[in-house]
Amino acid sequence: MSANLIALLWDSTLQTLYMVAMSSLFGTLIGGPLGVFLATSRRGELFSAPALNAALGLVANAARSTPFIILVVAIIPFTRWIAGTSIGTTAAIVPLTIAAAPFIARLVEASIREVDGGLIEAARAMGATPGQIVRKVLVPEAMPGIVLGLTLAVVSLIGYSAMVGAVGGKGLGDLGIRYGYQRFMPEVMAAVVIILIVLVQIVQSLGEWIAARFDKRAPRNRGR
Amino acid sequence: MTEAAISFQGVTRLFPQKGGRDVVALDDIWLDVPQGAITGIIGRSGAGKSTLLRLVNGLERPSSGQVIVADRDVTQAEGADLRAMRREVGMIFQHFNLLASRTVAGNIALPLEIAGVPQSEIAPRVAQLIELVGLGAQADRYPAELSGGQKQRVGIARALATRPRVLLSDEATSALDPDTTRQVLELLQDINRELGLTILLITHEMAVVRDICTHVAVIEGGRIVEAGETYAVFSRPEHPTTRSFLTGVTGVAVPGFVAGQMRDAPQSDAAQAVLQITFVGDHATDPMLSRLAVECGIETNILAGAIEEIGPNPFGSLIVSLPARRPAEARAFLGEHGMMTEVLGYVG
Ligand SMILES: Nc1ncnc2c1ncn2[C@@H]1O[C@H](COP(=O)(O)OP(=O)(O)O)[C@@H](O)[C@H]1O
Ligand SMILES: [Mg+2]
Repeated sequence: MSANLIALLWDSTLQTLYMVAMSSLFGTLIGGPLGVFLATSRRGELFSAPALNAALGLVANAARSTPFIILVVAIIPFTRWIAGTSIGTTAAIVPLTIAAAPFIARLVEASIREVDGGLIEAARAMGATPGQIVRKVLVPEAMPGIVLGLTLAVVSLIGYSAMVGAVGGKGLGDLGIRYGYQRFMPEVMAAVVIILIVLVQIVQSLGEWIAARFDKRAPRNRGR
Repeated sequence: MTEAAISFQGVTRLFPQKGGRDVVALDDIWLDVPQGAITGIIGRSGAGKSTLLRLVNGLERPSSGQVIVADRDVTQAEGADLRAMRREVGMIFQHFNLLASRTVAGNIALPLEIAGVPQSEIAPRVAQLIELVGLGAQADRYPAELSGGQKQRVGIARALATRPRVLLSDEATSALDPDTTRQVLELLQDINRELGLTILLITHEMAVVRDICTHVAVIEGGRIVEAGETYAVFSRPEHPTTRSFLTGVTGVAVPGFVAGQMRDAPQSDAAQAVLQITFVGDHATDPMLSRLAVECGIETNILAGAIEEIGPNPFGSLIVSLPARRPAEARAFLGEHGMMTEVLGYVG
């Protein structure tokens, strides 16, 4: 493989990492609070707002049921408005974020709903405000599940980021299509696939490790 | 007369049911919980115990009536006012409700953080509480590493953190084995004595009431059917529900071979009446039964008997049989000497 190709692989890897990292970050910033709200705003819950809950749930479902490649194209005007352009690696972060946020929101919602209602009851009995209950009880208790959910979201984003070549997003997936498929260079295709597998593996292991660090539920041998 | 720490005044709680009649969880409850005492509310599952307890810290609102805690009506409090009142009432739970993500010390610190206590004051207060409940070596452990009894000690320390006036306990020992139950009850009793804390606990076990409660209320179908000082209720139970809770707990039950033959009415002239005799205080029963023989000519057979302690009062219970023609006479005699009697049935 020529030095040229290796440089191309390296650049593409960085582009993928950049897109995935930024969309994970923005997706979490939007999806995290949204997930907390979805988990706590049905009728009678902490922030009881059934109508808003239903509306946001509908939006989240709509975004999640739109095929990603259609989403990318459909929101091009919005992307241009946010990123100043609709073409390129930075512009690709917008559809990736829009796809990630509702996914992350649903995963966060599920983790928070897993928290035992007795803990909310105990915190209310202590005189906690709804905000304190979220910050001091729900989020810390749901943390192992939230981290595993984010891991899943990042892995999915690595997959989605391979599709943004359609709007000039570049990255590993785009490289694989252009060189490996269109120019028929199977070694490039193989290299791309191997790098993606390694990335996914690293993200998965890291996520599981962090989740385990947060998880104090099972008794463990604490050394000493 | 001691002043009431908590006063339920005509409290009713309905749970509306979709397309049906409302569930009446509490029905016109009037009850005073005395200051500094340990009061037990006993009832079967679904009787309304938890609903009643949760009214005290405003986790539940009544449909009508008032709940007065420290001269203030909880049912009218809202927002910051209600949260401030909740800090004056600690609560412990059957399933402990500890945060798995926090250590023992972290769990005990939680109510202090919520109350906005400065960090520098939290650590010494937590250390003091850990000492109080005897968990010195466990401060940095997580709940998953603790036994049930240790978890409930954490729950108790956490409930006491903001120096409440009242401690509420919702079946706090129901998930624990008998030994651990006894230890946790002793801890509650110590805290009641040392801190002068009013404790209101709910339970479905009369043994818990016998062991630590000075006062008891029996709840059935959302109504208080009997209430008073524990030894008084134990010695003169009036409601059938109270009686059924008492069997077993007072240590006496009709022996099986007799129970099998018991009838509601005597079947022959030679029939024997089975009588339960209960007494409070230091009455000596033996002389009483011999005097019954000598003075009235009524011979008794002792079938079962036990003496328990309810607080400072010895509480005895005997089951005897005597000729079925004479129970009225015997009961009159024993009644004159301060004993309670009840005919349980007839044999033969
Ligand atoms: N949130 C609720 N909604 C509807 N019914 C309820 C609710 N809470 C309690 N109840 C009903 O009220 C009655 C008393 O319940 P509870 O106070 O939990 O009883 P206990 O603690 O004595 O077992 C039961 O019939 C129960 O089904
Ligand atoms: Mg209950």
